Amino acid sequence: MAENVCMNRSCAKSSEFWTLLVMGGVVLLGTLAAFFYIEHHGHIVTGMDNQVVWGLPHVFAIFLIVAASGVLNVASIGSVFGKKMYKARAPLSGMLAIAMLAGGLGGVVLDLGRPDRLIVAMTHYNFKSIFAVNVLFYNGFFAIVGLYLITLMSKNLKQYSKPVGLLAFLWRLALTTATGSIFGFLVARAGYNSALYAPMFIIYSFAYGLAAFIVVQSVMYKWNNIEVDERILCRLKNLLAIFVGAGLYFTAVLHLTNIYFAKQWDFERFLLLEGGIYPLLFWGGQVLLGGVLPLLMIFSPGARKSPPRVFLAALLVLIGGHAQMYVTIIGGQAFPLNLFPGYAQSSSFFDGVVHAYTPSLWEMLLGVGGIAIAFLITVIAVRVLKFMPEDDFKDIDLDACKN
Amino acid sequence: MSEQNKQVHEAADGDRRDFLKVGVGLAGVALAPGVLFYGISAHGKAPDAPASTAVRWGMLIDTGKCADGCNSCTTACATENGLSGQTGPQDSQWIRKMHIKNLQTGAEHNLPMLCQHCENPPCVDVCPTGASMKRADGIVLVDRHICIGCRYCMMACPYKARSFVHEPLTDQNPEVPRGQGCVESCTFCVQRVDRDETPACVEACSKDGHMAMMFGDLKDPNSDIARAMQSYATTEVRADLGLNTGVRYQGI
Repeated sequence: MAENVCMNRSCAKSSEFWTLLVMGGVVLLGTLAAFFYIEHHGHIVTGMDNQVVWGLPHVFAIFLIVAASGVLNVASIGSVFGKKMYKARAPLSGMLAIAMLAGGLGGVVLDLGRPDRLIVAMTHYNFKSIFAVNVLFYNGFFAIVGLYLITLMSKNLKQYSKPVGLLAFLWRLALTTATGSIFGFLVARAGYNSALYAPMFIIYSFAYGLAAFIVVQSVMYKWNNIEVDERILCRLKNLLAIFVGAGLYFTAVLHLTNIYFAKQWDFERFLLLEGGIYPLLFWGGQVLLGGVLPLLMIFSPGARKSPPRVFLAALLVLIGGHAQMYVTIIGGQAFPLNLFPGYAQSSSFFDGVVHAYTPSLWEMLLGVGGIAIAFLITVIAVRVLKFMPEDDFKDIDLDACKN
Repeated sequence: MSEQNKQVHEAADGDRRDFLKVGVGLAGVALAPGVLFYGISAHGKAPDAPASTAVRWGMLIDTGKCADGCNSCTTACATENGLSGQTGPQDSQWIRKMHIKNLQTGAEHNLPMLCQHCENPPCVDVCPTGASMKRADGIVLVDRHICIGCRYCMMACPYKARSFVHEPLTDQNPEVPRGQGCVESCTFCVQRVDRDETPACVEACSKDGHMAMMFGDLKDPNSDIARAMQSYATTEVRADLGLNTGVRYQGI
């Protein structure tokens, strides 16, 4: 089977590979142009300001970082929990995890006010800062998942894949806990300051990561004219449904808890009802496109036999995930800080007013740069090494997935 | 030794003693002001000495004396620290005048809002590189050399007291270095405080006769600010966060 499904040099067409490379390269060039333009002129050419300090680049970057840890789950289910179907997909899962994390971190770094001081971030650590802890987790993630990939793909080291896979699984749980805590630890802002952010980001990562995996796998299968087996599709889509459902549950708990607290009413009214773009993205993007619609598609009759439907459902989860990040990151900043509860407040520094945010072309280019980095790494990796899943169908229980 | 010689020696010893007495006296007179100055400079701190935990700088703002429409403090801050004084969404404002109105009673107040120089500053906690830091004397600063411009401190500050430098800078005050791509905020005019002067905003407020801002050492029980805080009820903004701010308000 391997001979038929590989995309690497021995069987894939070179022109198509180079086309993909050029496509990704052009986007990345645009990103680099934007980076140098912002570096030269300052962030004044972006839509970010002293009110909305994190913008579109962070939406894309944090999405990629969260999804990166989630996409590793496919490998973890294989190595840690011994599921053979997932084990066949572990190398692709690990590679995507590295590619997406590299893309996400690239996005964050390119948006720094002083990106030339990246070495400072690597040599000066304030260990009380969850941001600094994240830097360690990200670097460790590269090392551990890299090692994990070696054990998975090397003939002589396969016996180590389980313990290293377990370490990678625990590490990724810690990493996403720390990523969610970036928001959870912001004590003063109405939109954050909740321990729920850590587990909620883990659940989101499960959903976004698996959705990204399904999308990439679908494209790889299509590229090679291979039909995905319906038993595999059925399992993947049902697992995605569980993660999407759990994500909706955590979202509901966060907002219902807030609605219970009188001090949070204004914020919830803003985010869920009156905040313009934010309620639209929350209900239309995060909940409907990224939650309800994928669930309906996944459980619609015949979905297990319809790869395009599952592909589309996964794509919607990714779109909904970006909407969620926009609502979380930008919406949380757009709502003004309340310095004096019970008082109407105004000042020359935009106290008491909802902060506007209109991203400029430059930060849009920065934002998509992370995706371009992940895309390019994936295309090159798939080209040079064998990441195409190779299933041994005798190991898969035929009756395990019926819906 | 003959009696005569002995008398001569005694006379010479007496002269030497007198000379030493006069010399030490003169030296004392010459050095005393310096020693005294050294002793009291900057409330116990020599100009080159490191900040001391024996001092905690703080500010008390009497909102009852803060005049509506007066911007002396913000103007003085901009002049002292080389800020543009512009108030666009991407301009730096280290201190701003706030107008607040109680939604129940309709009571209105004016007050300056600035970095509150917390004892437990969230900006310092979240800074990944340690660029956000608190001096021993309680002044919260940004080390411009290791700030990477991630803006996490701006997300964390409950008082919206920090600004990001969005564009290239020109005509900087050499005493107050700033940097494009770095975060900055009120320093309590640390360059003035270390010269035993008060922050520019406090000086301007006093000069205009409002006397709404008082600056001093919170740890010195005899300082004006400590006495005032012992006498009047003062408020910590967002006291619920437990940050123990160095800036306190009176009248709200």
